[in-house]
Amino acid sequence: MSAELIFKPITELASLLAEGKVSSVELMRAHVARTRAVDPRLQAFNSFDEADALSQAAASDGRRAAGASRGPLDGIPVGMKDVISVAGQPLTASSRMLANYVSPYDATVTRRLREAGAIIWGRLNLDEFAMGSSTENSATRTTGNPWDLTRVPGGSSGGSAAAVAAGEAAAALGSDTGGSIRQPAALCGVVGLKPTYGLVSRYGLIAFASSLDQIGPFARSVEDTAITLGAIAGHDPLDSTSLRNPIPDYRAGLDRPGATWKLGIAREYFAEGLDPEVAAAVERAVDHYRSIGCEIREVSLPHTKYAVGAYYIIATAECSSNLSRYDGVRYGHRSAEAADAVDLYFKSRAEGFGAEVKRRIILGTYVLSSGYYDAYYLRAQKVRTLIRRDFLNAFREVDAILTPTSPTAAFRKGERAADPLAMYLSDIYTIGVNLAGLPGISVPCGFTRGRLPIGLQIIGKPFGEADMLAIARAYERDHAWSAQHPEMNGA
Amino acid sequence: MSRPADLDIDHVARLARISLSEEEKAAFSGQLGDVLAYIALLKEVDVSGVEPTAHAFPVENVWAEDVAQPGLPVEAALRNAPARRDNLFAVPKVVE
Repeated sequence: MSAELIFKPITELASLLAEGKVSSVELMRAHVARTRAVDPRLQAFNSFDEADALSQAAASDGRRAAGASRGPLDGIPVGMKDVISVAGQPLTASSRMLANYVSPYDATVTRRLREAGAIIWGRLNLDEFAMGSSTENSATRTTGNPWDLTRVPGGSSGGSAAAVAAGEAAAALGSDTGGSIRQPAALCGVVGLKPTYGLVSRYGLIAFASSLDQIGPFARSVEDTAITLGAIAGHDPLDSTSLRNPIPDYRAGLDRPGATWKLGIAREYFAEGLDPEVAAAVERAVDHYRSIGCEIREVSLPHTKYAVGAYYIIATAECSSNLSRYDGVRYGHRSAEAADAVDLYFKSRAEGFGAEVKRRIILGTYVLSSGYYDAYYLRAQKVRTLIRRDFLNAFREVDAILTPTSPTAAFRKGERAADPLAMYLSDIYTIGVNLAGLPGISVPCGFTRGRLPIGLQIIGKPFGEADMLAIARAYERDHAWSAQHPEMNGA
Repeated sequence: MSRPADLDIDHVARLARISLSEEEKAAFSGQLGDVLAYIALLKEVDVSGVEPTAHAFPVENVWAEDVAQPGLPVEAALRNAPARRDNLFAVPKVVE
Protein backbone atom coordinates (compact mmCIF):
# COMPACT_ATOMS: atom_id res chain seq x y z
CA MET A 1 0.00 0.00 0.00
CA SER A 2 2.67 2.50 1.07
CA ALA A 3 4.53 2.50 -2.25
CA GLU A 4 1.34 3.50 -4.07
CA LEU A 5 0.42 6.11 -1.47
CA ILE A 6 3.50 8.29 -1.49
CA PHE A 7 3.14 9.75 -4.97
CA LYS A 8 -0.61 10.29 -4.90
CA PRO A 9 -1.80 13.89 -5.10
CA ILE A 10 -3.28 15.49 -1.98
CA THR A 11 -6.69 15.63 -3.68
CA GLU A 12 -6.73 11.83 -4.06
CA LEU A 13 -5.30 11.18 -0.59
CA ALA A 14 -8.02 13.39 0.88
CA SER A 15 -10.67 11.19 -0.77
CA LEU A 16 -9.02 7.98 0.49
CA LEU A 17 -8.90 9.45 3.99
CA ALA A 18 -12.51 10.63 3.82
CA GLU A 19 -13.70 7.22 2.62
CA GLY A 20 -11.78 5.46 5.39
CA LYS A 21 -9.67 3.51 2.88
CA VAL A 22 -6.52 4.73 4.56
CA SER A 23 -5.86 6.40 7.90
CA SER A 24 -3.67 9.41 8.43
CA VAL A 25 -1.42 7.29 10.68
CA GLU A 26 -0.95 4.79 7.81
CA LEU A 27 -0.25 7.64 5.42
CA MET A 28 2.29 9.16 7.81
CA ARG A 29 3.95 5.77 8.34
CA ALA A 30 4.29 5.42 4.55
CA HIS A 31 6.09 8.77 4.39
CA VAL A 32 8.35 7.89 7.32
CA ALA A 33 9.23 4.58 5.62
CA ARG A 34 9.93 6.34 2.32
CA THR A 35 12.09 8.95 4.06
CA ARG A 36 14.04 6.28 5.93
CA ALA A 37 14.58 4.41 2.66
CA VAL A 38 15.72 7.26 0.41
CA ASP A 39 16.93 10.13 2.59
CA PRO A 40 20.27 8.56 3.57
CA ARG A 41 21.15 9.07 -0.14
CA LEU A 42 19.03 12.14 -0.91
CA GLN A 43 19.76 14.13 2.28
CA ALA A 44 16.73 16.42 2.00
CA PHE A 45 15.94 16.46 5.74
CA ASN A 46 17.95 18.21 8.42
CA SER A 47 15.83 16.40 10.99
CA PHE A 48 12.41 14.89 11.55
CA ASP A 49 10.38 13.92 14.61
CA GLU A 50 8.58 10.67 13.85
CA ALA A 51 6.78 10.43 17.20
CA ASP A 52 5.47 14.00 16.89
CA ALA A 53 4.32 13.40 13.29
CA LEU A 54 2.51 10.16 14.21
CA SER A 55 0.83 11.89 17.12
CA GLN A 56 -0.39 14.67 14.79
CA ALA A 57 -1.64 11.94 12.43
CA ALA A 58 -3.51 10.18 15.24
CA ALA A 59 -5.16 13.49 16.16
CA SER A 60 -6.23 13.90 12.53
CA ASP A 61 -7.76 10.40 12.49
CA GLY A 62 -9.58 11.31 15.72
CA ARG A 63 -11.07 14.43 14.13
CA ARG A 64 -12.21 12.46 11.11
CA ALA A 65 -13.81 9.76 13.29
CA ALA A 66 -15.64 12.51 15.16
CA GLY A 67 -16.92 14.04 11.92
CA ALA A 68 -14.78 17.15 12.45
CA SER A 69 -12.33 16.94 9.54
CA ARG A 70 -10.80 20.29 8.63
CA GLY A 71 -10.69 19.77 4.88
CA PRO A 72 -8.36 18.44 2.18
CA LEU A 73 -5.11 19.01 4.11
CA ASP A 74 -6.30 17.25 7.28
CA GLY A 75 -3.85 14.39 7.86
CA ILE A 76 -1.52 15.28 4.96
CA PRO A 77 2.26 15.46 5.71
CA VAL A 78 3.69 18.85 4.77
CA GLY A 79 7.47 19.40 5.03
CA MET A 80 8.92 22.67 6.27
CA LYS A 81 12.03 24.46 5.07
CA ASP A 82 14.31 24.81 8.07
CA VAL A 83 13.84 28.60 8.27
CA ILE A 84 10.15 28.40 9.29
CA SER A 85 9.44 28.25 13.02
CA VAL A 86 7.69 25.17 14.42
CA ALA A 87 7.25 25.44 18.19
CA GLY A 88 9.45 23.02 20.12
CA GLN A 89 11.32 21.86 17.00
CA PRO A 90 14.88 22.74 15.87
CA LEU A 91 15.30 25.74 13.54
CA THR A 92 18.81 25.70 12.10
CA ALA A 93 18.69 27.70 8.82
CA SER A 94 21.28 25.01 7.88
CA SER A 95 23.82 27.14 9.77
CA ARG A 96 26.30 26.40 12.53
CA MET A 97 25.01 29.67 14.00
CA LEU A 98 21.68 28.05 14.92
CA ALA A 99 22.81 24.43 15.34
CA ASN A 100 21.17 24.15 18.77
CA TYR A 101 18.28 26.60 18.40
CA VAL A 102 14.73 25.44 19.24
CA SER A 103 11.74 27.55 18.08
CA PRO A 104 9.84 29.09 20.98
CA TYR A 105 6.70 29.63 18.86
CA ASP A 106 4.96 28.68 15.61
CA ALA A 107 5.30 30.81 12.47
CA THR A 108 1.92 32.07 11.25
CA VAL A 109 2.11 29.68 8.25
CA THR A 110 2.75 26.79 10.66
CA ARG A 111 -0.25 27.78 12.77
CA ARG A 112 -2.42 28.05 9.66
CA LEU A 113 -1.35 24.63 8.37
CA ARG A 114 -2.17 23.16 11.79
CA GLU A 115 -5.60 24.83 11.65
CA ALA A 116 -6.12 23.14 8.26
CA GLY A 117 -5.19 19.81 9.90
CA ALA A 118 -1.89 19.30 8.04
CA ILE A 119 0.85 17.26 9.69
CA ILE A 120 3.95 19.43 10.17
CA TRP A 121 6.59 17.02 8.95
CA GLY A 122 10.36 17.46 9.21
CA ARG A 123 12.90 20.24 8.82
CA LEU A 124 14.16 20.52 5.25
CA ASN A 125 17.66 21.48 4.13
CA LEU A 126 18.56 24.76 2.42
CA ASP A 127 21.47 26.98 1.54
CA GLU A 128 22.60 28.55 4.82
CA PHE A 129 20.14 31.35 5.71
CA ALA A 130 18.51 30.80 2.28
CA MET A 131 21.53 32.28 0.48
CA GLY A 132 22.29 30.24 -2.59
CA SER A 133 20.91 28.47 -5.66
CA SER A 134 22.08 24.89 -5.15
CA THR A 135 21.69 24.01 -1.43
CA GLU A 136 25.47 23.44 -1.44
CA ASN A 137 25.92 26.34 0.99
CA SER A 138 24.25 24.29 3.74
CA ALA A 139 26.43 23.72 6.79
CA THR A 140 24.57 20.50 7.61
CA ARG A 141 24.52 18.31 4.47
CA THR A 142 24.51 18.32 0.66
CA THR A 143 21.13 17.46 -0.81
CA GLY A 144 20.99 15.59 -4.11
CA ASN A 145 18.60 16.00 -7.01
CA PRO A 146 16.18 13.04 -6.93
CA TRP A 147 16.52 12.68 -10.72
CA ASP A 148 20.32 12.46 -10.53
CA LEU A 149 21.98 12.37 -7.14
CA THR A 150 25.25 13.71 -8.56
CA ARG A 151 23.44 16.97 -9.37
CA VAL A 152 22.07 19.77 -7.20
CA PRO A 153 18.35 20.15 -6.37
CA GLY A 154 18.59 23.91 -6.86
CA GLY A 155 18.17 26.30 -4.02
CA SER A 156 17.83 27.75 -1.65
CA SER A 157 14.77 25.59 -0.83
CA GLY A 158 16.47 22.49 -2.28
CA GLY A 159 15.42 20.18 0.56
CA SER A 160 11.75 21.14 0.15
CA ALA A 161 11.78 20.55 -3.62
CA ALA A 162 13.72 17.28 -3.35
CA ALA A 163 11.48 15.89 -0.58
CA VAL A 164 8.30 16.52 -2.57
CA ALA A 165 9.81 15.13 -5.79
CA ALA A 166 11.06 11.99 -3.98
CA GLY A 167 7.75 11.26 -2.23
CA GLU A 168 9.00 12.05 1.27
CA ALA A 169 6.27 14.68 1.78
CA ALA A 170 3.00 15.36 -0.05
CA ALA A 171 3.76 19.09 -0.11
CA ALA A 172 6.26 21.44 1.49
CA LEU A 173 6.78 25.08 2.28
CA GLY A 174 9.81 27.05 1.17
CA SER A 175 10.81 30.70 1.00
CA ASP A 176 11.65 32.69 -2.11
CA THR A 177 13.81 35.84 -2.06
CA GLY A 178 15.22 35.69 -5.61
CA GLY A 179 13.88 32.38 -6.95
CA SER A 180 14.43 30.04 -4.02
CA ILE A 181 11.09 28.26 -4.50
CA ARG A 182 10.67 28.40 -8.29
CA GLN A 183 14.23 27.45 -9.32
CA PRO A 184 14.48 24.26 -7.16
CA ALA A 185 10.91 23.34 -8.18
CA ALA A 186 12.03 23.52 -11.83
CA LEU A 187 15.23 21.54 -11.21
CA CYS A 188 13.38 18.81 -9.25
CA GLY A 189 10.30 18.56 -11.51
CA VAL A 190 7.63 19.76 -9.08
CA VAL A 191 5.33 22.78 -8.86
CA GLY A 192 6.55 25.74 -6.78
CA LEU A 193 4.76 29.04 -6.19
CA LYS A 194 6.10 32.37 -4.93
CA PRO A 195 3.13 34.54 -3.85
CA THR A 196 2.67 38.28 -4.32
CA TYR A 197 4.69 40.13 -1.68
CA GLY A 198 2.41 40.58 1.34
CA LEU A 199 -0.01 37.72 0.56
CA VAL A 200 1.55 35.29 3.05
CA SER A 201 2.72 36.32 6.52
CA ARG A 202 6.47 36.29 7.19
CA TYR A 203 5.98 36.07 10.97
CA GLY A 204 8.21 33.25 12.22
CA LEU A 205 10.30 33.08 9.03
CA ILE A 206 14.04 33.67 9.56
CA ALA A 207 14.62 36.96 7.73
CA PHE A 208 17.05 37.17 4.80
CA ALA A 209 15.95 40.22 2.74
CA SER A 210 12.71 41.47 4.22
CA SER A 211 11.43 43.46 1.22
CA LEU A 212 11.79 40.39 -1.05
CA ASP A 213 11.15 37.30 1.14
CA GLN A 214 7.89 35.37 0.69
CA ILE A 215 6.87 31.91 1.91
CA GLY A 216 5.16 29.65 -0.63
CA PRO A 217 4.22 26.03 -1.38
CA PHE A 218 5.75 23.11 -3.28
CA ALA A 219 3.53 20.26 -4.47
CA ARG A 220 3.32 17.68 -7.25
CA SER A 221 0.27 19.20 -8.95
CA VAL A 222 -1.15 22.66 -9.57
CA GLU A 223 -4.31 21.75 -7.64
CA ASP A 224 -2.31 20.62 -4.58
CA THR A 225 -0.35 23.88 -4.81
CA ALA A 226 -3.61 25.86 -4.88
CA ILE A 227 -4.91 24.00 -1.81
CA THR A 228 -1.70 24.60 0.16
CA LEU A 229 -1.50 28.26 -0.84
CA GLY A 230 -5.13 28.77 0.22
CA ALA A 231 -4.29 27.41 3.66
CA ILE A 232 -1.37 29.80 4.33
CA ALA A 233 -2.48 33.03 2.59
CA GLY A 234 -4.17 35.97 4.26
CA HIS A 235 -3.66 39.03 6.41
CA ASP A 236 -1.72 38.66 9.65
CA PRO A 237 -1.47 41.48 12.21
CA LEU A 238 1.91 40.03 13.30
CA ASP A 239 3.49 40.99 9.93
CA SER A 240 3.12 44.72 9.26
CA THR A 241 3.83 44.20 5.53
CA SER A 242 0.99 41.67 5.29
CA LEU A 243 -1.81 42.99 3.07
CA ARG A 244 -5.57 42.87 3.58
CA ASN A 245 -6.55 41.68 0.10
CA PRO A 246 -9.35 39.09 0.10
CA ILE A 247 -8.21 35.49 -0.51
CA PRO A 248 -10.25 33.75 -3.23
CA ASP A 249 -10.87 30.01 -3.34
CA TYR A 250 -7.85 29.17 -5.51
CA ARG A 251 -8.92 25.55 -5.99
CA ALA A 252 -12.48 26.35 -7.05
CA GLY A 253 -11.23 28.68 -9.81
CA LEU A 254 -8.66 26.30 -11.29
CA ASP A 255 -10.47 24.51 -14.07
CA ARG A 256 -11.95 26.87 -16.63
CA PRO A 257 -12.66 24.81 -19.75
CA GLY A 258 -12.50 26.94 -22.86
CA ALA A 259 -10.95 29.89 -21.05
CA THR A 260 -8.24 31.74 -22.94
CA TRP A 261 -5.75 34.38 -21.90
CA LYS A 262 -3.41 36.90 -23.43
CA LEU A 263 0.06 35.64 -22.59
CA GLY A 264 3.28 37.59 -22.95
CA ILE A 265 6.67 36.40 -24.12
CA ALA A 266 9.63 38.63 -23.26
CA ARG A 267 12.49 38.49 -25.74
CA GLU A 268 14.87 39.44 -22.90
CA TYR A 269 14.16 36.07 -21.24
CA PHE A 270 15.22 34.02 -24.25
CA ALA A 271 18.69 35.50 -24.52
CA GLU A 272 22.30 34.37 -24.27
CA GLY A 273 22.97 31.65 -21.70
CA LEU A 274 19.63 29.86 -22.15
CA ASP A 275 20.13 26.14 -22.72
CA PRO A 276 18.63 25.13 -26.10
CA GLU A 277 16.77 22.14 -24.62
CA VAL A 278 15.18 24.39 -21.99
CA ALA A 279 14.28 26.96 -24.66
CA ALA A 280 12.70 24.26 -26.84
CA ALA A 281 10.60 22.86 -23.97
CA VAL A 282 9.33 26.32 -23.04
CA GLU A 283 8.54 27.09 -26.68
CA ARG A 284 6.52 23.86 -26.89
CA ALA A 285 4.57 25.01 -23.81
CA VAL A 286 3.94 28.36 -25.51
CA ASP A 287 2.68 26.46 -28.57
CA HIS A 288 0.30 24.53 -26.34
CA TYR A 289 -1.24 27.75 -25.06
CA ARG A 290 -1.56 28.96 -28.64
CA SER A 291 -3.27 25.68 -29.57
CA ILE A 292 -5.93 26.09 -26.88
CA GLY A 293 -6.77 29.55 -28.18
CA CYS A 294 -4.58 31.85 -26.11
CA GLU A 295 -3.20 34.94 -27.81
CA ILE A 296 0.59 35.08 -27.50
CA ARG A 297 2.05 38.58 -27.56
CA GLU A 298 5.60 39.77 -27.41
CA VAL A 299 6.19 42.12 -24.48
CA SER A 300 9.27 44.11 -23.57
CA LEU A 301 11.02 44.08 -20.18
CA PRO A 302 13.96 46.30 -21.16
CA HIS A 303 15.57 46.52 -17.70
CA THR A 304 15.84 42.73 -17.28
CA LYS A 305 19.63 42.72 -17.64
CA TYR A 306 19.97 44.94 -14.57
CA ALA A 307 17.86 42.75 -12.29
CA VAL A 308 20.63 40.48 -10.96
CA GLY A 309 22.86 43.47 -10.14
CA ALA A 310 20.06 45.41 -8.40
CA TYR A 311 19.09 42.27 -6.52
CA TYR A 312 22.58 41.58 -5.18
CA ILE A 313 22.80 45.14 -3.85
CA ILE A 314 19.34 45.21 -2.24
CA ALA A 315 19.32 41.64 -0.92
CA THR A 316 22.81 41.83 0.57
CA ALA A 317 22.13 45.27 2.09
CA GLU A 318 19.00 43.92 3.78
CA CYS A 319 20.76 40.71 4.88
CA SER A 320 23.65 42.64 6.43
CA SER A 321 21.10 44.42 8.59
CA ASN A 322 18.90 41.39 9.34
CA LEU A 323 21.81 39.12 10.28
CA SER A 324 23.28 41.65 12.70
CA ARG A 325 21.00 40.02 15.30
CA TYR A 326 23.32 36.99 15.39
CA ASP A 327 25.78 38.35 17.90
CA GLY A 328 26.20 35.47 20.35
CA VAL A 329 24.25 37.24 23.10
CA ARG A 330 20.64 36.05 23.28
CA TYR A 331 20.66 32.92 21.11
CA GLY A 332 22.76 31.18 18.50
CA HIS A 333 26.43 30.29 18.51
CA ARG A 334 28.64 31.97 21.12
CA SER A 335 32.41 31.81 20.75
CA ALA A 336 34.25 30.33 23.70
CA GLU A 337 37.33 32.42 22.81
CA ALA A 338 35.99 35.95 23.27
CA ALA A 339 38.15 38.36 25.30
CA ASP A 340 35.34 40.84 25.92
CA ALA A 341 31.78 41.70 24.86
CA VAL A 342 32.73 43.29 21.52
CA ASP A 343 35.18 40.50 20.69
CA LEU A 344 32.25 38.15 21.32
CA TYR A 345 30.47 39.60 18.25
CA PHE A 346 33.51 39.29 15.98
CA LYS A 347 34.37 35.72 16.96
CA SER A 348 30.83 34.32 17.32
CA ARG A 349 29.96 35.59 13.83
CA ALA A 350 33.28 34.37 12.37
CA GLU A 351 32.72 30.87 13.78
CA GLY A 352 28.93 30.67 13.22
CA PHE A 353 28.55 31.85 9.61
CA GLY A 354 29.69 30.02 6.47
CA ALA A 355 31.54 31.56 3.52
CA GLU A 356 28.57 32.66 1.39
CA VAL A 357 26.78 34.29 4.33
CA LYS A 358 29.96 36.18 5.27
CA ARG A 359 30.48 37.21 1.63
CA ARG A 360 26.96 38.64 1.42
CA ILE A 361 27.17 40.42 4.78
CA ILE A 362 30.46 42.01 3.64
CA LEU A 363 28.97 43.08 0.29
CA GLY A 364 25.81 44.41 1.96
CA THR A 365 27.77 46.30 4.58
CA TYR A 366 29.94 47.80 1.85
CA VAL A 367 27.06 49.03 -0.35
CA LEU A 368 25.44 50.68 2.68
CA SER A 369 28.67 52.18 4.04
CA SER A 370 29.36 55.90 4.16
CA GLY A 371 30.23 57.29 0.73
CA TYR A 372 28.80 54.37 -1.28
CA TYR A 373 25.10 54.41 -0.31
CA ASP A 374 23.95 56.66 -3.19
CA ALA A 375 26.11 54.96 -5.81
CA TYR A 376 24.93 51.45 -4.93
CA TYR A 377 21.89 51.10 -2.69
CA LEU A 378 19.91 54.16 -3.76
CA ARG A 379 20.66 53.53 -7.44
CA ALA A 380 19.60 49.88 -7.08
CA GLN A 381 16.30 50.96 -5.53
CA LYS A 382 15.70 53.29 -8.49
CA VAL A 383 16.51 50.49 -10.94
CA ARG A 384 14.05 48.38 -8.95
CA THR A 385 11.38 50.99 -9.75
CA LEU A 386 12.19 50.68 -13.47
CA ILE A 387 12.07 46.87 -13.38
CA ARG A 388 8.71 46.97 -11.60
CA ARG A 389 7.42 49.55 -14.11
CA ASP A 390 8.45 47.24 -17.02
CA PHE A 391 6.27 44.46 -15.61
CA LEU A 392 3.29 46.74 -14.87
CA ASN A 393 3.49 48.14 -18.41
CA ALA A 394 3.52 44.61 -19.83
CA PHE A 395 0.48 43.68 -17.73
CA ARG A 396 -1.55 46.37 -19.48
CA GLU A 397 -1.37 44.14 -22.55
CA VAL A 398 -1.25 40.60 -21.18
CA ASP A 399 -2.69 38.52 -18.31
CA ALA A 400 0.55 36.70 -17.53
CA ILE A 401 4.10 36.30 -18.82
CA LEU A 402 5.69 32.95 -19.79
CA THR A 403 9.42 32.40 -19.31
CA PRO A 404 11.86 29.61 -18.55
CA THR A 405 12.26 29.27 -14.76
CA SER A 406 15.99 28.57 -14.91
CA PRO A 407 18.40 28.96 -17.84
CA THR A 408 19.60 25.37 -17.41
CA ALA A 409 18.43 22.08 -15.93
CA ALA A 410 20.10 20.80 -12.73
CA PHE A 411 23.87 21.33 -12.75
CA ARG A 412 26.47 19.07 -11.19
CA LYS A 413 27.41 19.39 -7.54
CA GLY A 414 30.54 21.53 -7.25
CA GLU A 415 30.21 22.93 -10.77
CA ARG A 416 29.47 26.53 -9.71
CA ALA A 417 30.45 26.35 -6.03
CA ALA A 418 33.73 28.28 -6.41
CA ASP A 419 32.28 31.02 -8.62
CA PRO A 420 29.65 33.09 -6.77
CA LEU A 421 28.84 35.20 -9.83
CA ALA A 422 28.06 32.14 -12.00
CA MET A 423 25.82 30.87 -9.17
CA TYR A 424 24.04 34.24 -8.93
CA LEU A 425 23.25 34.11 -12.65
CA SER A 426 21.27 30.86 -12.06
CA ASP A 427 18.48 33.15 -10.81
CA ILE A 428 18.41 35.50 -13.79
CA TYR A 429 14.78 34.66 -14.74
CA THR A 430 13.33 34.60 -11.24
CA ILE A 431 14.85 37.66 -9.55
CA GLY A 432 12.83 40.34 -11.36
CA VAL A 433 9.61 38.87 -9.95
CA ASN A 434 10.86 39.41 -6.38
CA LEU A 435 12.05 42.95 -7.09
CA ALA A 436 8.61 43.77 -8.52
CA GLY A 437 6.73 41.93 -5.73
CA LEU A 438 4.83 39.77 -8.24
CA PRO A 439 3.57 36.19 -7.99
CA GLY A 440 5.34 33.50 -10.00
CA ILE A 441 4.88 29.76 -10.41
CA SER A 442 7.13 27.08 -11.89
CA VAL A 443 5.41 24.06 -13.44
CA PRO A 444 7.16 21.03 -14.98
CA CYS A 445 7.23 21.30 -18.79
CA GLY A 446 9.34 18.33 -19.86
CA PHE A 447 12.72 16.71 -19.55
CA THR A 448 16.12 17.07 -21.16
CA ARG A 449 17.51 14.17 -23.17
CA GLY A 450 19.41 13.29 -19.98
CA ARG A 451 16.09 12.91 -18.04
CA LEU A 452 16.43 16.14 -16.05
CA PRO A 453 13.25 18.15 -15.39
CA ILE A 454 12.60 21.52 -17.03
CA GLY A 455 10.38 24.24 -15.55
CA LEU A 456 8.04 26.77 -17.15
CA GLN A 457 7.63 30.00 -15.18
CA ILE A 458 4.32 31.85 -15.29
CA ILE A 459 4.48 35.38 -13.88
CA GLY A 460 1.15 36.84 -12.72
CA LYS A 461 -0.24 40.28 -11.99
CA PRO A 462 -0.09 41.54 -8.40
CA PHE A 463 -2.52 39.36 -6.40
CA GLY A 464 -3.22 37.45 -9.63
CA GLU A 465 -2.57 34.02 -8.06
CA ALA A 466 -6.02 32.68 -9.02
CA ASP A 467 -5.53 33.44 -12.73
CA MET A 468 -1.88 32.34 -12.62
CA LEU A 469 -2.88 28.97 -11.14
CA ALA A 470 -5.67 28.54 -13.71
CA ILE A 471 -3.19 29.26 -16.51
CA ALA A 472 -0.77 26.72 -15.02
CA ARG A 473 -3.59 24.17 -14.78
CA ALA A 474 -4.53 24.75 -18.43
CA TYR A 475 -1.05 23.49 -19.36
CA GLU A 476 -0.84 20.72 -16.78
CA ARG A 477 -4.25 19.28 -17.76
CA ASP A 478 -2.83 18.21 -21.13
CA HIS A 479 0.66 17.21 -19.95
CA ALA A 480 1.23 14.32 -17.56
CA TRP A 481 4.77 15.23 -16.50
CA SER A 482 3.79 14.93 -12.84
CA ALA A 483 2.88 11.26 -13.38
CA GLN A 484 6.61 10.57 -13.78
CA HIS A 485 8.65 10.09 -10.63
CA PRO A 486 12.37 9.73 -10.01
CA GLU A 487 13.51 6.15 -9.58
CA MET A 488 16.11 7.02 -6.97
CA ASN A 489 18.21 4.02 -7.92
CA GLY A 490 21.96 3.90 -7.63
CA ALA A 491 24.38 6.45 -6.15
CA MET B 1 39.79 38.44 -10.81
CA SER B 2 40.10 42.18 -10.30
CA ARG B 3 40.13 43.56 -6.81
CA PRO B 4 38.29 46.89 -6.71
CA ALA B 5 40.51 49.69 -5.43
CA ASP B 6 37.93 51.05 -3.04
CA LEU B 7 36.85 47.87 -1.18
CA ASP B 8 38.91 47.99 2.01
CA ILE B 9 38.03 44.52 3.28
CA ASP B 10 39.45 45.13 6.77
CA HIS B 11 37.34 48.25 7.18
CA VAL B 12 34.15 46.60 5.91
CA ALA B 13 34.68 43.46 8.03
CA ARG B 14 35.12 45.71 11.07
CA LEU B 15 31.85 47.51 10.27
CA ALA B 16 30.14 44.10 9.93
CA ARG B 17 31.66 42.84 13.20
CA ILE B 18 33.10 39.69 11.60
CA SER B 19 36.66 38.46 12.05
CA LEU B 20 38.02 37.19 8.72
CA SER B 21 41.05 34.98 8.24
CA GLU B 22 43.74 36.05 5.77
CA GLU B 23 42.54 33.30 3.40
CA GLU B 24 38.95 34.58 3.59
CA LYS B 25 40.07 38.16 2.97
CA ALA B 26 42.00 37.14 -0.14
CA ALA B 27 39.20 34.94 -1.49
CA PHE B 28 36.38 37.40 -0.76
CA SER B 29 38.28 40.36 -2.25
CA GLY B 30 38.65 38.58 -5.56
CA GLN B 31 35.11 37.18 -5.63
CA LEU B 32 33.50 40.44 -4.57
CA GLY B 33 35.64 42.23 -7.14
CA ASP B 34 33.95 40.11 -9.82
CA VAL B 35 30.51 40.76 -8.36
CA LEU B 36 31.10 44.51 -8.09
CA ALA B 37 32.39 44.61 -11.66
CA TYR B 38 29.12 42.95 -12.72
CA ILE B 39 27.04 45.30 -10.57
CA ALA B 40 28.77 48.27 -12.24
CA LEU B 41 26.40 47.55 -15.16
CA LEU B 42 23.80 49.54 -13.21
CA LYS B 43 25.78 52.73 -13.79
CA GLU B 44 24.61 52.82 -17.41
CA VAL B 45 20.92 53.10 -16.41
CA ASP B 46 19.40 56.59 -16.58
CA VAL B 47 17.71 56.92 -13.19
CA SER B 48 17.20 60.68 -13.27
CA GLY B 49 13.78 61.56 -11.90
CA VAL B 50 13.08 57.96 -10.83
CA GLU B 51 11.80 57.42 -7.30
CA PRO B 52 13.43 54.57 -5.33
CA THR B 53 11.36 51.49 -4.46
CA ALA B 54 11.94 50.14 -0.94
CA HIS B 55 8.87 47.86 -0.97
CA ALA B 56 6.79 46.68 -3.90
CA PHE B 57 3.55 47.39 -2.00
CA PRO B 58 4.37 49.94 0.67
CA VAL B 59 1.93 50.04 3.57
CA GLU B 60 2.07 52.95 5.97
CA ASN B 61 0.73 53.62 9.41
CA VAL B 62 -0.15 50.09 10.40
CA TRP B 63 -1.90 50.65 13.70
CA ALA B 64 -2.83 48.19 16.40
CA GLU B 65 -5.16 48.70 19.33
CA ASP B 66 -3.20 49.80 22.38
CA VAL B 67 -4.04 46.64 24.30
CA ALA B 68 -1.50 44.43 26.07
CA GLN B 69 -1.00 41.01 24.43
CA PRO B 70 0.60 38.00 26.06
CA GLY B 71 4.34 37.97 25.36
CA LEU B 72 6.90 35.18 25.30
CA PRO B 73 7.24 33.75 28.84
CA VAL B 74 10.66 34.40 30.41
CA GLU B 75 11.58 30.72 30.43
CA ALA B 76 10.80 30.39 26.69
CA ALA B 77 12.70 33.58 25.86
CA LEU B 78 15.78 32.35 27.72
CA ARG B 79 15.65 28.79 26.46
CA ASN B 80 18.15 29.42 23.65
CA ALA B 81 20.45 31.68 25.69
CA PRO B 82 24.13 30.67 25.40
CA ALA B 83 24.62 31.75 29.03
CA ARG B 84 22.21 33.06 31.65
CA ARG B 85 22.23 34.24 35.21
CA ASP B 86 18.95 34.47 37.12
CA ASN B 87 16.45 35.70 34.52
CA LEU B 88 19.04 37.51 32.41
CA PHE B 89 21.34 36.89 29.42
CA ALA B 90 24.92 36.69 30.72
CA VAL B 91 27.73 38.22 28.60
CA PRO B 92 31.46 38.82 29.09
CA LYS B 93 32.45 41.99 30.89
CA VAL B 94 31.63 45.11 28.84
CA VAL B 95 33.41 47.82 30.88
CA GLU B 96 36.67 47.33 32.75
